[in-house]
Amino acid sequence: MNAAWLPLTALATSLLVVVIIFALPEDARRLRTTINLAAAMVKIILVTLMVRRVAAGHEDIFSFQVIGGVDFVLRSDALGVMFAGLSSLLWLCTTIYAIGYLEGSANRKRFFGFFSLCVASTIGIALADNLFTFLIFYEMLTLSTYPLVVHNGTQQALDAGRVYLRYTLSAGVVLLLGTVLLYSLTGDQSFSSEEGLGDYLNDHRGLLTLIFALLVGGLAVKTAMVPLHGWLPRAMVAPAPVSALLHAVAVVKAGAFGILRVVYDLFGIELSVELGVITALAVAASFTIIYGSLRAIAQEELKPRLAFSTVSQVSYVILGIGLFGPFGTVGALAHLLHQGLMKVTLFFCAGNYAEELGIHRIDEMDGAGKRMPLTSIAFTIGAFGMIGLPPVAGFITKWYLGVGAIQAEMYWVVAVLVASSTLNAMYFLPIVHRLWFRSGPAHGKGSWPKEQRLGRFETHSWLLLPMVFTALVSLGAGLFAGLPFSPLDWAARVANGEYLP
Amino acid sequence: MIWRFGLFDSTFEPLLSTHWALLVALGLPLMLGMLAALFPPKRAWPVVLASVPVLASGLMLLSAYDQAGLLRWHWDIAGVQLSLRLNGLSVLLLLMTQVIGVAAAIYTPGYLRLSETGPLARWLWPLMGVVLSALSLIWLATDLLTLYAGLELMGLAAVGMLMLSGKVAALVAGMRYLLLALMGSLTYLLGVALILGHWGRLDLQGLAEVVEPGPVAWFAAALIGAGLALKAALFPLHAWLTPVHENAWTPVSALHAALVIKASLFILLQLWSILLPDTFYAPRVIAWLGMLAIVWGGLLAWRTDSLKTLVASSTVGQLGYLMVAFPLLLGPDIAPLPRALAWEGFWLQLMGHAFAKAAMFMAAGNLILATGESTLKGLAGTSRRLPLSLLVFGIASITLMGLPPSSGFTAKWMLLQAMVISQQWWAVAALLTGTLLTAAYIFRMFRYCFDETAPRHRYQPLAPGMDLIALTLALIAFALGLLAHFPLELMHGGSP
Repeated sequence: MNAAWLPLTALATSLLVVVIIFALPEDARRLRTTINLAAAMVKIILVTLMVRRVAAGHEDIFSFQVIGGVDFVLRSDALGVMFAGLSSLLWLCTTIYAIGYLEGSANRKRFFGFFSLCVASTIGIALADNLFTFLIFYEMLTLSTYPLVVHNGTQQALDAGRVYLRYTLSAGVVLLLGTVLLYSLTGDQSFSSEEGLGDYLNDHRGLLTLIFALLVGGLAVKTAMVPLHGWLPRAMVAPAPVSALLHAVAVVKAGAFGILRVVYDLFGIELSVELGVITALAVAASFTIIYGSLRAIAQEELKPRLAFSTVSQVSYVILGIGLFGPFGTVGALAHLLHQGLMKVTLFFCAGNYAEELGIHRIDEMDGAGKRMPLTSIAFTIGAFGMIGLPPVAGFITKWYLGVGAIQAEMYWVVAVLVASSTLNAMYFLPIVHRLWFRSGPAHGKGSWPKEQRLGRFETHSWLLLPMVFTALVSLGAGLFAGLPFSPLDWAARVANGEYLP
Repeated sequence: MIWRFGLFDSTFEPLLSTHWALLVALGLPLMLGMLAALFPPKRAWPVVLASVPVLASGLMLLSAYDQAGLLRWHWDIAGVQLSLRLNGLSVLLLLMTQVIGVAAAIYTPGYLRLSETGPLARWLWPLMGVVLSALSLIWLATDLLTLYAGLELMGLAAVGMLMLSGKVAALVAGMRYLLLALMGSLTYLLGVALILGHWGRLDLQGLAEVVEPGPVAWFAAALIGAGLALKAALFPLHAWLTPVHENAWTPVSALHAALVIKASLFILLQLWSILLPDTFYAPRVIAWLGMLAIVWGGLLAWRTDSLKTLVASSTVGQLGYLMVAFPLLLGPDIAPLPRALAWEGFWLQLMGHAFAKAAMFMAAGNLILATGESTLKGLAGTSRRLPLSLLVFGIASITLMGLPPSSGFTAKWMLLQAMVISQQWWAVAALLTGTLLTAAYIFRMFRYCFDETAPRHRYQPLAPGMDLIALTLALIAFALGLLAHFPLELMHGGSP
């Protein structure tokens, strides 16, 4: 039984919220908040339903014809609902956080409108079943994030917005060219088709390689792979909830997810290996991992350090693809979720430090653990996860990637992993050390840059709750990785589908 | 190729009600315009009421086509054959004209009330009526004489409308436009005279049967092409366009950029597909000029400081998209698939641009009216104060940039696919460059709007509905992207 309404409603809840928010007046704050949160809840319920149906073996399809030979198709498959689940869960968290963060500031209607549009785009990306549909939502994501990046309207924000558009729109054009070339060669290719593009290998090897390069090159900009990462650190001027969303699920992950789709569902892993593009991908990813970490060490402010950490971490997903074995794939897919959870926690923490204490630089963080214990614990969990220490989720990923590398006999990848973990420790542990073991303003030494007492607890409770929640989930995803429906379990299910047809 | 324009015999006679619908579609805009000159409407609602029968006539013609396929009308008046046809394409273009015309008309009372327009304002109505009636005639006409009549009526009325604001700059620009338009008509007429003298026929269908390639056809096509290219502001004959729009009233600009110049392009393609069905070079020349148009129009829009110039220059670039598709529509040895794709992409692009450009002119007019500033710098801070106008501008510009899921994107997709299949890589490059250039000038404008550090202006409140009309048009352009199947299916039908 095909429940076509399910993927459609999951998409429509977010889109409808956009329309409602734009139609409401600016000062209808309570109503806007209520609708926004209600829709986020409904979305989680819908995605949960989808997950259950996919687990039971139903893949719901909604489609209609756009022009001859090109259809608009939404389909809930295992990989798609995985991303949709991350998106819907983090929509709720970031929305709650954003409501607390933007309290009393201007232009909130515009912010929440585009915020919801951004999330709607990610759901569309998750459920898109062919490249045409994917492209629609991918570009929608570009456009809807621009107003969020320039939200503050300062010179710096506007400049960052311009850089962001230069990168992403150019990438969009490259992606469009690749897509059109592919459609001209093969016609409409569903992500669900088992055949892949192997039939075209003999006659069109060069063209297929070109298409692969165009598609992955276009997607790599949003994935922030070196040297196409220049927009990401600059986009840090956006408000903290935007950064959190951008890094955890929206833009960066959309790129990585796109690459997963192209390699696994469009070209097929065998064809990609045959074309020899996979190794190139793994090398590029390794380079990005090391380079991002090195740049992160050099940053003296907290948010740019986290940004370069994202550059490095997202490429683990790509590296996992490059190992072309089941373990690498499981690692890549699990990291898509794990990194999202951990990074969103870290950005929430950074936002909390900035809001409550005015901390932007790392050397201002001395002793903040005493003043804001919950935030600092959450930060520590996130940081340990990024380094890959058990039992946080990040450990699982690195473990699977390492095993995958050994199985594929790519020992240099193990070296990359070790080096990267060391570098991660080098830029995260000093912060953790400052938080807990140095004495600062909380111990009566000096004063915080700009302290506000935002709430009864260590900060505003709308800022605190989502952060605590995501930190717990990151921890839980590592501790209970063996349980059914954990990120790892689901990643293994997807990988099984790819490798054992 | 010419069957696509519906130049073949019909199977069914039009019903009586269809005759009436045709009469209403052609005549009513004119009549209503005259009436409005006598009793100028001060509010939007009388205009809304008056537009109901106009739209109804378009829908009746649509359903008539849907049921009977191609319809034709012939009259023999004093030895001159006049003929009309209604095929899928002309129904679509007619509906587009009516919707945009009605939107411009509903927009007008509020606009005239808020801006100081002077005593000439009441004459806007009959001129608008003439333009809409003439446009409807052009989409339907299938003989050179009727086409010429429609073209001339439309051109003169358009000049009149553009000069109405009475400012010196407007008069200068308008006079220049008048001279060029007359020159264009004259050249066109010369071409027609050549055809009449050589083949002795004016009806397109008959002409298509007797035309043979040769110097006469080439020369006539060149004359007609030059005249119409001038009227359609095709690069490099576009210089008159920007000054005219700079000083015109908003609804006039919307009508002109969306519809009037498209009519000349429509006639051009139709006549060339008869005169030059298999010429290699002519469509390629147009395509090369189109590539330059995309770049040049984009650069003009990018460098300008005036909002209206930006919107007007973008038209030059957008017409380039249509021009680069010419070698896929005309010429020898075009495979059926790319030709069909290009044909559909061409008209979808034309329609999407018409709706989006009309919406954009209205949104720009609203912004200018509300802020009292016509420069981009004057827009600083509007994202907070005029979010709806800016949103309309944004939605319209998505279509112009050709980003999904707008009609601009779907059209570009089809054109690109056609170009890739027929391996016209230069054209592919031009289209993609155009996308980036368009994004560059659009976001340059948005950059000013999102500036929060700017000083606050006093804003004039807009009349109710002015933004909503523009929003409707922008949304139509947007929705045509994913719902492209329905209009395009109309164009499929009716092959002989």
